[in-house]
Amino acid sequence: MAGYLARRLLQSAGVLWAAFTLSFLILYLLPSDPISMMVDGVAEAGTLDPAATAQLKARYGLDLPVWQQYLQSLRGAVGGDLGLSITTGRPVTGLIGTALPSTLALAGAALGLALLAGAGLAVATAWTRSRRLKAFLRALPPVSTALPTFWVGLVLVQIFSFGLRLLPAFGDSAPVHVILPALTLALPTGAVIAQVLGDALESTLHRPFIATARAKGVSRRRILGHHAFRPAAVNALTVAGVIVGNLLAGSVVVETVFARNGVGRLTQQAVLTQDIPVVQGVVMLCATVFVVINLAVDLAYPLLDPRIAAASGPAVSGPGRPADPAAVAAPATTPRDEELVHA
Amino acid sequence: MAVHLSTRVGTAAALLALSGPLLTACSTAGATADAAADAHPVAGGTLRYGLSQAPTCADPAQSGTNQTIYVTRTVVDSLTDQNPKTGEIVPWLAESWTVSPDAKTFTFKLRPGVTFSDGTALDAQAVKANLDAITSTLKAKAPLASSYLAGYQGSTAVDAQTVEIRFDRPNAQFLQATSTSQLGIVSAADTAKSAEDRCATVVGSGPFVYDSYVQEKSASVVRRAGYNWASSAVHHTGEAYLDRIDFTVVPESGVRAGSVASGQLDASSDALTQDAPVIQGAGGRILSVSNPGVPFGFQPNVQRGSLQDPAVRQALISAVNRQELVDTVVGADFKPATSSLASSTPGYRAVAAVTYDPDRSRKILDQAGWVPGADGIRVKDGQRLTFSVSFTSVFAGNQAILELVQQQFKAVGVDLQLKLQTTAENTAAQNAKDFDAVYYNSTRADGDILRTTFGVTQGRNFNNRTAPTQLDETLVNQQTATDATERNADLATAQQQVIDEGLWIPTIELSQAIGAAGKVKDLSFDASSRLTFYDTWLGA
Repeated sequence: MAGYLARRLLQSAGVLWAAFTLSFLILYLLPSDPISMMVDGVAEAGTLDPAATAQLKARYGLDLPVWQQYLQSLRGAVGGDLGLSITTGRPVTGLIGTALPSTLALAGAALGLALLAGAGLAVATAWTRSRRLKAFLRALPPVSTALPTFWVGLVLVQIFSFGLRLLPAFGDSAPVHVILPALTLALPTGAVIAQVLGDALESTLHRPFIATARAKGVSRRRILGHHAFRPAAVNALTVAGVIVGNLLAGSVVVETVFARNGVGRLTQQAVLTQDIPVVQGVVMLCATVFVVINLAVDLAYPLLDPRIAAASGPAVSGPGRPADPAAVAAPATTPRDEELVHA
Repeated sequence: MAVHLSTRVGTAAALLALSGPLLTACSTAGATADAAADAHPVAGGTLRYGLSQAPTCADPAQSGTNQTIYVTRTVVDSLTDQNPKTGEIVPWLAESWTVSPDAKTFTFKLRPGVTFSDGTALDAQAVKANLDAITSTLKAKAPLASSYLAGYQGSTAVDAQTVEIRFDRPNAQFLQATSTSQLGIVSAADTAKSAEDRCATVVGSGPFVYDSYVQEKSASVVRRAGYNWASSAVHHTGEAYLDRIDFTVVPESGVRAGSVASGQLDASSDALTQDAPVIQGAGGRILSVSNPGVPFGFQPNVQRGSLQDPAVRQALISAVNRQELVDTVVGADFKPATSSLASSTPGYRAVAAVTYDPDRSRKILDQAGWVPGADGIRVKDGQRLTFSVSFTSVFAGNQAILELVQQQFKAVGVDLQLKLQTTAENTAAQNAKDFDAVYYNSTRADGDILRTTFGVTQGRNFNNRTAPTQLDETLVNQQTATDATERNADLATAQQQVIDEGLWIPTIELSQAIGAAGKVKDLSFDASSRLTFYDTWLGA
């Protein structure tokens, strides 16, 4: 187990290093540089003493050869110092620290809503006996994924803020401000959860142990809520990384529409002004979040699903996420017979 | 505080209550009128303002974007003010001044009794410390202020109320520059701070004082008690009317407009054409004003391709149907350009050649030997009459404007290729002079913008000219002219020369559009087309 953990931690460090290096390269390859943009951004500035611009570049180390810039920022990043923002001159860690609570509140609320709605929809889809209703419910997740977040946000604001005047359109100072943005962000996230959990429920309900439970006279509610839901939920955990990714990507748009000062807005502004240290800081934050979540999910698997522990226990080969957890217990030959469950 | 009712206030308020194009007139020009019953300014209340972008810095000297200046302008005063109607420079913190005949030395006599909000007195030493800080600690961090102070040699506090400012070259534009918020005076204590610390908050002598400034997010200013040194360019004296202004950043234009209409904001920046009905439908209005400076236009690279031919550049100037651009793309709040300076710039003079006349264009091109080819595009010596224009979408209408200009050029046999670039690409292309033509505008309420835009040695010279011409001589002359009439004559000549040499192909003048709720009165623009809140009050 310790060996496995060490290997995984090493892998994670590799991923973080790769993310850092790639983002540095991409940002370096962009045309222009942040200082020229800052100076030229003010169109009416006319001519400015080139010496002053050079001095400013030197201050941010932008006059050094690229490999020196890289090593310098890598050394800083390893020590937890992400450097200074070029546009505001403030430490990047501080900027991210200030923006993080707003994004956490938004993402947390959205995740909660998405879990409730997504799981509810998946269960309702599995529960209903009406084929027509089932088909309708199944169509909901792809439709909600297809709706542009930007548009959904504007429609919600139009209805609930400008029309009904129930909720504020912008801001992030009070809990009430989080409702509309969280709804907007929960939609695509909930759709992913509904889709994955729905599929997992569907396949679990076709396993022999469900048929056995049914034969023993277990109630339909208990079969769905207990026997099928638990293994399906574990299965859905595989997409935790994707869900968090959805939330982070969605926050850029949602925070802009609802004028929230979170990490998403910070990213958007930093990209526009080519504020390299800030963009890199955000990239590192996201990479770290991904790495930690995936690591946590992998480590939690055996604890949540004893079958995985039994099949590939840490003592033998270390825990690992099987490509298709359902395949571990469900032979491919299981007949797809809905009546088996619903009769 | 005392409530003043001057005719001018009444007039402006009455007009502001109207909606639509009339506002264009009243926002910059005080007009005729009837004093409406609700035109008594009332002190008190909080104005909630929606900015379209985050302010970049709390320090006026380091501010450049409109959204930043809207905030910073409230907390500082400048040595002088500029009358938005006449462009005249009037006393503010300086009650009088003299300019040496060579326009190298400026002596300002400061108004007595002015204090910063930290209680310290505004004196000659503080003014000197401000200018010294811009040229030593701020420099490139304050690009605008630094460019105004090009050639700064130093200042001397002659006595407590007199400061002498010296340059190593004639610098006539400096007088107007002293009216800008970039050269607004902050407390002596602030001048000792680093650029970054100044960005967090500063202390000024303005009608408002920072209550909070949260970078990238919001800013609040509160009324300065005892303020009593407003300039004559504004409509009242004494303290500001508003108790407080809360600035919030709301990036999405639809959300800003809806928020004004639903009473969640009182006014907001950058109201787009499609937002106007929302705001007007709720009893609000759109205030607009056209920016001074160089209007939108093409700056051709005279070293490249077919734009090397002066005849081609001349033909392009009369090939643009500017009225059509206004009517079909940007709407009536915008004005067609009529010169190489925008009409609200002091010293502006219309140039006859900036008129739509496609026949003139065709004649010029015919005479220059460009004959229509098989596809209608003209050819000379096997070279097609084609060029590309590099531009960004920093102004949302750029793409649509240029698409229409593309058709207008095609009608006289010129092929225009559009190159939409990111700001980064555009900056890189400009610095490398790697373009056939660039398309942009520049805001400044002084004709010296011509020198910084077109001057061979003293300007950015995106025309890529190599040798000085008569134009450069005129541009230097206007910097030495201390008499306004004399200087305006130089600027008129320069505007003509820019067009004669085909260095700018003007299209439209940029306009600011502010959405305001019905209860917001006397929200007005200064000479640089930036909002001022000093006269603003909240009605019922």
